[in-house]
Amino acid sequence: MPIALFWFLAAVSLISAFGVVLQRNPLHCLLALIVTLLAIAVLFIGEDATVVGFLQAIVYAGAIMVLFLFVIWLLNLRAEMGPTGHLGLKLFGTIAVAAMFAELMAFLLPPHLQIKFAGHAAGYGSIDSLSQTLFSEYLVAFEVTSVLLLVAVIGAVALARRSTASEIQEHAADNARKERSAAQ
Amino acid sequence: MAELIVGAIEAVLMIFIGLNLAVFLLYFERKGSALIQDRVGANRASITGLGRKLGLPNLGIINTLVADPIKLFTKEDFVPAGADHFLHTLAPFIALFPVMITFVVIPFGDTITFGGRTFGLQAAPLSAAALYLLATIGIGVYGVSLGGWASNNRWALLGGIRATAQMISYEIAMGLAIIAIVITYGSLDLQAMVRMQGGVWFGWLPRWGIFVQPLAFILLLTAGIAESKRVPFDLPEGESELILGYMLEYSGGKQAAFMLTDLAEQALVAMLLVTFFFGGWQVPWLYRDGFHLPGGAIVALAPLLVSIAGVVAFLIKVVILCSFMGLIRWTLPRFRYDQLMKLGWKILVPLGLANILITAFVVVVAGGAH
Repeated sequence: MPIALFWFLAAVSLISAFGVVLQRNPLHCLLALIVTLLAIAVLFIGEDATVVGFLQAIVYAGAIMVLFLFVIWLLNLRAEMGPTGHLGLKLFGTIAVAAMFAELMAFLLPPHLQIKFAGHAAGYGSIDSLSQTLFSEYLVAFEVTSVLLLVAVIGAVALARRSTASEIQEHAADNARKERSAAQ
Repeated sequence: MAELIVGAIEAVLMIFIGLNLAVFLLYFERKGSALIQDRVGANRASITGLGRKLGLPNLGIINTLVADPIKLFTKEDFVPAGADHFLHTLAPFIALFPVMITFVVIPFGDTITFGGRTFGLQAAPLSAAALYLLATIGIGVYGVSLGGWASNNRWALLGGIRATAQMISYEIAMGLAIIAIVITYGSLDLQAMVRMQGGVWFGWLPRWGIFVQPLAFILLLTAGIAESKRVPFDLPEGESELILGYMLEYSGGKQAAFMLTDLAEQALVAMLLVTFFFGGWQVPWLYRDGFHLPGGAIVALAPLLVSIAGVVAFLIKVVILCSFMGLIRWTLPRFRYDQLMKLGWKILVPLGLANILITAFVVVVAGGAH
């Protein structure tokens, strides 16, 4: 990947990432987040991780962000108010954030940070090599993750489902029994 | 460098073809629908009146392809009060852009040799093109949904929500169909898929994907029409209930961009169907050296002619499929919303999953289905 392209994409993803945090309107934040994710996807593709890049665009930018969009719509989020709380809290918050930022920079900036574009072997990042690794070396982790996701889906359905008619009746009967025993 | 320049020219050419197919679909929308419904259709505009003097029928070409666009693009560009000005302007472009950039991965011919150099007739020969398709189609949702939201109009917002829900639901069916196709060909590369569809079975039947994956064809066709929000899946626009849905507060060029998106998406779906199921640029019984007819006769052809025949065959197939989708559009009534969701989630998704299972089983047992 040409270094100029890397810096351009890095700048795009960073500026849009700031946009996510700094903008007031939740939908504008969402758009900025999509731009960040797409820029990172292009970075992946530029570093020969083609499949990962496209999956990033499909899953994160194309699917998960749509869910965010629905959440914003359904909760009817409007432009957010400014920061609340008294002056001391604001001061403390600012100092804490600045300290954390300084600490991160101390660990991330050069000489720790070095940009290297390693040449990759032919076929690196292709779907063949990706699946070879995923389904042999990391098979157990892969299967465990899929079970985990399945559990999460079942849990979400169990939490969100409506009670069936018989359950509502049972519940009502239960309540009536309790009331009767309380009255006695 | 030469490769890059040729690639850029091919990309422009491909987008040009896509836009022209959209124009063809627009013409079909006006005059073809009239033919189907036994109406006269657009027949007013004429530049010199010459045709009428000569007694020729007015085909409505000036009406639909000249007068209408001029009218649309010279209209006032209106942004409603209280609308998000920035997003309202951006949305049509977000909608149109992903469709335009998807055209470049479609192979529209084999290779062509000019002055001793051979160029592949595919603007962007991506090895993971099938994933690229899914990515760009997934991004296309945002234009519609943001357009609906930014208009500050309830009908528009409802249309945008409907469009988003519909598009992400049918994207799943589309993805499942494409996975089955990828398993069948064992490749994500569209050009490789088309190459594999060359040759014949039993000495006469072209090795087209439709004979191997008929179910995936139906799934992809249905999901594709739903993805482009055309009748019978045009609930986001539903004139009788939502007026025009997410396009309601748009006028002039921006609305034209939204309409163009739908039409171009339909052209894109036709190209994908041709690539996956109808042999792309393959002409039946045509090989690199000429026709090998089923009887055993051989008609030799120059290599340049074979290349051009491939491109022409691709275009003819795409136009036929576009017309077929136009026929569907003017034949079926609109679905109800619950029917739409039921079809998507309870019929297409299980069928797609079953198709993947069966395909994978056959591929493993037979060691390659194609």
